[in-house]
Amino acid sequence: MNRFSSSIPSPMSRRRFVQGIAVGGVLAMTPSALLARETTNSTSGAAPELTGTNIHLEIGQTPVNFTGVTRMATTINGSIPAPTLRFREGDEVTIRVTNRLSVPTSIHWHGILLPFEMDGVPGISFKGISPGETFVYRFKLRQSGTYWYHSHSGFQEMTGMYGALIIEPRSGERHKTDRDLVVQLSDWTDEDPMHVFSKLKVQGDVYNFNQPTFIDFTRDVSDKGLKAALSKRQMWNQMRMNPTDLADLSAATLTYLMNGTTPSGNWTGIFKKGERLRLRFINAASNSFYDVRIPGLKLTVIQADGQDVEPVSIDEFRFGPGETYDVLVSPDEECYTIFAQSMDRTGYARGTLAAQQGLSAPVPALDPVEWLAMQDMMGAMSHEGVRHDMPMAGMDHSNMAMDKMDHSNMHGGMAMDHSMHGMQDRDNDPLAKPSTSVNHARTEYGPSVDARVDTPRTNLDDPGVGLRNLVEKGLRPHGHKVLTLADLTSTDGVFDDSRIPEKELELHLTGNMERYTWSFDGLEFGQSTPVSLKHGQRVRIILQNDTMMTHPMHLHGMWSELETEQGELRVRRHTIPVQPAQRISFLTTPHDLGRWAWHCHLLFHMDAGMFREVVVS
Amino acid sequence: MSMNYFTRLTHISLVLASVLASGAYAEMDHSNHDSGAHEMGQAQGGKAPDNARDPHAYSDGFTLTEGPYALPGPRQLRLADEHRFWAIIGDRLEYQEKSESTVFDLQAWYGTTYNRFVVKTEGDSVDGALEESSTDVFWSRAFNAYFDAQLGARVDTYDEGENRQWLALGFQGLAPYWFELDVTAYLGDDGRSALSAEAEYELLFTQRLILQPRIEINLLGKDDPENGLGSGLTNLSAGLRLRYEFSRQFAPYIGVEWSRAFDDTADYLLAAGEDKSSSQLVAGLKFWF
Repeated sequence: MNRFSSSIPSPMSRRRFVQGIAVGGVLAMTPSALLARETTNSTSGAAPELTGTNIHLEIGQTPVNFTGVTRMATTINGSIPAPTLRFREGDEVTIRVTNRLSVPTSIHWHGILLPFEMDGVPGISFKGISPGETFVYRFKLRQSGTYWYHSHSGFQEMTGMYGALIIEPRSGERHKTDRDLVVQLSDWTDEDPMHVFSKLKVQGDVYNFNQPTFIDFTRDVSDKGLKAALSKRQMWNQMRMNPTDLADLSAATLTYLMNGTTPSGNWTGIFKKGERLRLRFINAASNSFYDVRIPGLKLTVIQADGQDVEPVSIDEFRFGPGETYDVLVSPDEECYTIFAQSMDRTGYARGTLAAQQGLSAPVPALDPVEWLAMQDMMGAMSHEGVRHDMPMAGMDHSNMAMDKMDHSNMHGGMAMDHSMHGMQDRDNDPLAKPSTSVNHARTEYGPSVDARVDTPRTNLDDPGVGLRNLVEKGLRPHGHKVLTLADLTSTDGVFDDSRIPEKELELHLTGNMERYTWSFDGLEFGQSTPVSLKHGQRVRIILQNDTMMTHPMHLHGMWSELETEQGELRVRRHTIPVQPAQRISFLTTPHDLGRWAWHCHLLFHMDAGMFREVVVS
Repeated sequence: MSMNYFTRLTHISLVLASVLASGAYAEMDHSNHDSGAHEMGQAQGGKAPDNARDPHAYSDGFTLTEGPYALPGPRQLRLADEHRFWAIIGDRLEYQEKSESTVFDLQAWYGTTYNRFVVKTEGDSVDGALEESSTDVFWSRAFNAYFDAQLGARVDTYDEGENRQWLALGFQGLAPYWFELDVTAYLGDDGRSALSAEAEYELLFTQRLILQPRIEINLLGKDDPENGLGSGLTNLSAGLRLRYEFSRQFAPYIGVEWSRAFDDTADYLLAAGEDKSSSQLVAGLKFWF
């Protein structure tokens, strides 16, 4: 481990938000890029586009320069992002992947249903692709929509291995559009990711430069009085929790990219006035949640994670690594800024939609950093526990789990087996709704877990910290609507299994920020055992987030069908963001046998151990 | 012999009791704090109830290497939870103006999240010659979310005096309200015992300008005239250091350090013609990598 390389960095430079100086990043195309059948398509983002049923990808190293410093990136066909793959639903595709690196590699097809041997997770689905070796992926496309692909080996994804994967529906697009643009967001660090990780092991808040200060405290004292200032901080300080722990990595080390382009590079998508555009937003970042908006344009969300949803008109959405949203826009001005600020408000990715090259619209200011609120720490609380100096947005008191805690019928956390197969009595079946009683695992009481939530919130209508009450705070115009999970409804025909689940599993998302370790149920991957599911069985999985960070949970090989606390199916996803102190549940019916990965898609959380295997047998 | 044995046993019990008491204090139940805290009950720490969920209940007996569809051979996928990391942390590397000495206080660790090999060394030198130092070598094991128990040995060296060796047992971690604590009890030969405790706090004026109050006390169970130390509270020092973090890993500071000797230790100092208390300016560097 080369840990001395940047132990004494040049003062300041790394701490400032790097807007970047390079336009594209990739300095030289490797010859391998020419091997692929490229069709240059200016409307598909910065990456070349590959189509057909027979694709060859080469993994290699490519020098890049995003910040003024040249670094080696790990690339697919020499570009960042990797080529956009455009396939057709129903086709069987053959993708040959040749490893020109000196270390093993892999490619995972994110959100794609396929045989587990083709899923591309080294050590679970296959052995990985050794240096010099070519692995042949072959699978039939049983779905359509916007997806992506990336390395599942080490931190290769973070150093450039990600690209868009678009599958056109056989029956034609549901929404007719004039133009189709991929907007792929990612993040880049000049540091060696392993070095970044090891720094977090020493000091979990090493990249947080928005910590509460004594100056903030004195300001609060003069504004609200000593008592209020102290009480605002009391819980956080007592629990050794940081209310500004919104992202592990910040602009102190990250440069935020849109289609592989820095903010100053200003990736530009061209349109003609009057056209209807489809923007395929993909969060391919390693560690960054993005809050995306296009000032002046309404966004109509038509797909989430590649699956059709009832169109919903919004102004802004948050998405985490792994998630995708397809939105329609109808621009009638000359140009617009696509603004994607990181959730911790330290920087942004930015691009432009313009009627011609060279135009740019004003770039909004970053929002102020908002502290995590009490509902992020404690979930749903009794009213006595509500602190009036804390923002309480997004809490629907009538829906709180607390109210129903009394008639819990679960115990010991054992999977409850359904005893009345075939009887679909929603009124009397205890499995018609997710259970509300909190069952912590016995391994949540040790050094791996810094906090547990006893009164989780189950509301899906919270946009999350930093996006609550924006209009009231004067940060957005009147009527500004931020997407929440509650706004997403799969269109008719998406769900193909309406059975009441036969079984319910409860797992908790856990971590310890001081030790920088992340896990399910307090057990990191190395200590864990697989979650065993039966082929074709309808199962409910409850995820309760006992941490104070939002985790985009990605289950490979099968859908995660989000339901409400009342047991109503809402939306089919492959990656579900779970907010702090939130308890969500989803249903799944595994149709593909094998071993699958299930993990937080914040790359460092995954690597720290928030990772489980799922066996379908 | 048996008397000696008995004395040691007494010391061991005392040492254990003090460590446990301090640890217990650090992780004290939150219930006596304000009403907001009371709502949370056992949000942190505590013991798992008897009916706590079995984290392996969903595995059907399968493991990462056994059961259907497991890849043959030993497990290939190993994440950072099974990696070892290391760090070298320079808490204080400073020049003290009045005593014209260079003081160092360094720690290094190597290991996993929960089990680490830890070395702590501190001391001072004048004109390049080491005056005195003490070095702890520990096996450090996490016992709750914020604290590690540390078991090992310490060697003290004195330029003038007699070197001492100790068995060491202590804990280190982060107490509620962000106090860094480091408490160790020691058992030496001839029935010697000692206790040292250190607490630090970080007050952020800005993201980079940080004031660090620090307090350290040392106690000794038995007179050590060769090294000019008396039993009881030997010395207490308190410092205030203001640093500027050019990076989180590189921060020069200036500060003041006040220290005072007590009881017999003070008498030894007075007899040697030195002051029992001193305050001086310090300037140094805090760093880690």
